[in-house]
Amino acid sequence: MKHVISALVQNKPGVLAHVAGMFAARAFNIDSLAVGRTDDPNLSRMTIVVVGGNEVLEQVRKQLGKIVSVVKIQDFAGRDIVARDLMLINIHCRPEKRAEIQALVSMFEGKVVDIGPKNVMVEISGPESKMEAFIDACRHYGIKATARTGTIAMPRYRKGEKN
Amino acid sequence: MKNSSNAPEMQGAQIIVEILKEQGVDTMFGYLGGVVLPIFDKLYDSDIRFITPRHEQGGAHMADAYARCTGKTGVCIATSGPGATNLTTGIANAMMDSVPMVALTGQVRTELIGGDAFQEVDTTGITRPITKHNVIVKDVNNLAEELRQAFYIASTGRPGPVLVDIPVDVSVGTGRLNPPSDIDMPGYKPRVEGHKKQIEAAADAINKSKRPVLYIGGGVIISNASREITDLAEKANIPVTTTLMGMGAFDQNSPLSLDMLGMHGAAYANMAVQNSDLLIAVGSRFDDRVTGQLKRFCPNAKILHVDIDPASISKNVQVHVPVVGDAKLVLPEITELLEYSDRGEWFAQISEWKKAHPFTYDKNATSIKPQYVIEELWNQTKGEATITTGVGQHQMWAAQFYKYKYPRQFITSGGLGTMGFGLPSAIGAQVARPDSTVIDIDGDSSFNMTMTELSTAVMYKLPVKAVVLNNGYMGMVRQWQELFYQRRYSHSHLLNPNFADVAKALGAGGISIEKKDEVQGAIEKMLSYDGPFVLDCRIEPEENVWPMVSPGKALDEMAGLEIFEKMP
Repeated sequence: MKHVISALVQNKPGVLAHVAGMFAARAFNIDSLAVGRTDDPNLSRMTIVVVGGNEVLEQVRKQLGKIVSVVKIQDFAGRDIVARDLMLINIHCRPEKRAEIQALVSMFEGKVVDIGPKNVMVEISGPESKMEAFIDACRHYGIKATARTGTIAMPRYRKGEKN
Repeated sequence: MKNSSNAPEMQGAQIIVEILKEQGVDTMFGYLGGVVLPIFDKLYDSDIRFITPRHEQGGAHMADAYARCTGKTGVCIATSGPGATNLTTGIANAMMDSVPMVALTGQVRTELIGGDAFQEVDTTGITRPITKHNVIVKDVNNLAEELRQAFYIASTGRPGPVLVDIPVDVSVGTGRLNPPSDIDMPGYKPRVEGHKKQIEAAADAINKSKRPVLYIGGGVIISNASREITDLAEKANIPVTTTLMGMGAFDQNSPLSLDMLGMHGAAYANMAVQNSDLLIAVGSRFDDRVTGQLKRFCPNAKILHVDIDPASISKNVQVHVPVVGDAKLVLPEITELLEYSDRGEWFAQISEWKKAHPFTYDKNATSIKPQYVIEELWNQTKGEATITTGVGQHQMWAAQFYKYKYPRQFITSGGLGTMGFGLPSAIGAQVARPDSTVIDIDGDSSFNMTMTELSTAVMYKLPVKAVVLNNGYMGMVRQWQELFYQRRYSHSHLLNPNFADVAKALGAGGISIEKKDEVQGAIEKMLSYDGPFVLDCRIEPEENVWPMVSPGKALDEMAGLEIFEKMP
């Protein structure tokens, strides 16, 4: 079972190593970990996707809470969330195939961001399953490389719900 | 960070010393080295008592034991590189046993960091998993605040070691010593008060239980909640078993005491726990040495857990009634709501178990039995000595055969199981308690690891006594090889020096004995000796620690009970 946890951390050197090290030392299985600064330059947000049962999730949350540089933890279990993954994918593409690939990219609401003599680079974002589907759809052209951010997520705020 | 312009300017090293004084540090332990020279130079003018061990590990263990004895934060210091790496065992030991400690390390100049400079190591990287928090201070103006935070984090909530790494240019640089302000760390807010609903649920569970057992750990000692746990146990009439770390938190002479539980715990403690309908864990963390096979631990009991660390709750066993908070605050609130019950059947059963399986040994043997040595120590010190230990068989015998009355009386390496802890921790304890009898009950292989610290004891006139239960083996390893590896004693045998001669060479007193009838006189001689002393007892070489819950067995499946039955 995959769980999405969001941790607000102090934007200081060593914090990522501390968080990642805690996961490794306690044998928690990280599926993805995405980090970026927030609107407050003193804070970064880590979105962590963890695999495990509810007990594992609870321990992950508590152990994260013990790290002094971790300011706040949100666990999105049971919440309606928006989850996104950004991918850059470089696909083999001779000029005669460009239109075909462009059509595919449009279907997935992606964007062609670079074109080379034998390749196109595509930017695509969305839930993880969409990334997987796009990779599958492109596979027969030949994939040169992919780079993905890992999942970032936020809950939808409903009336009366705490954020 | 804030910089108030009228704060006095001074060298970083002086700021460090000023903060140490401000935090009430009167004693510290540490070892010199190139990049900490500026700090040592300022310490030269301060009245902080300083103890130099023979190895940084010794210094960390001394600071650790000093903290365990006094309840204050222990402070140790080492230089960069090998100084810092030598501290790590001591830091990890403090982490596992939740000991408040501040470790200061020197670091190479800021501009050299990352360049594999002489005596450079990534100290914060190495110590991150074994500290509660660590930090490298790269700006002298942050030094005061980082150090204040270090002391605050080390001593509050669930205590632990905090390491502050200080590059030498920060120590020699000039900065302002800002006055202390309220510590505000957005990610660190330890919760000390219990939740009212949780407290009511806890009291309700206790009042409803027929066969409750209190299982108390080191947290009760850390929280100074010994009185509070006794009040609770007496008001509600509940038997109490302690972990190795909890020994002394509940007077073992009390009729409610079940002594220690676990792998080498009392049979009656283990049976009581396994047959309980409510296990009340306080400041204990369900270590595997306590629970035996987890799946078969306390099969019919509800689990109530009081702990200051929320992450300890439901970490190893699923807890039914959690109470997060400081035992000292939480326990009286629970006790308030409790009712007395005579629990006649339960205590009758426990007393049967106690009668059937007491801790014992062959008292007719002519060789020196280690248990006899400890009983004799207990007699002659009237149960009042501060006892430290190394790790292994001798540690278990020290837990089984000395009866502890007071919290902070038994200083031992619980979680990490650090061999070599005994002698340096005795030195730290003696520094903390100059007028007490401090005895390191040690094993020969543990003693071998850190016995050079005897010269520290000699140098500072610390009259620690070391009783080496010398069987020429890594005793506990040999016991496991006997039981689980068909007596193939692979490399567990040691050729020891004559420890009494070693003691004399290092300036301490010492005798070696081989016969049972020498024990009494030798202990008398040791206790009356004015100065550090080593009593080398050549004990029965293949004596084992019983009872024993073998790995993978349930807590009440103890081996060795039949051995007790055969004994007079």
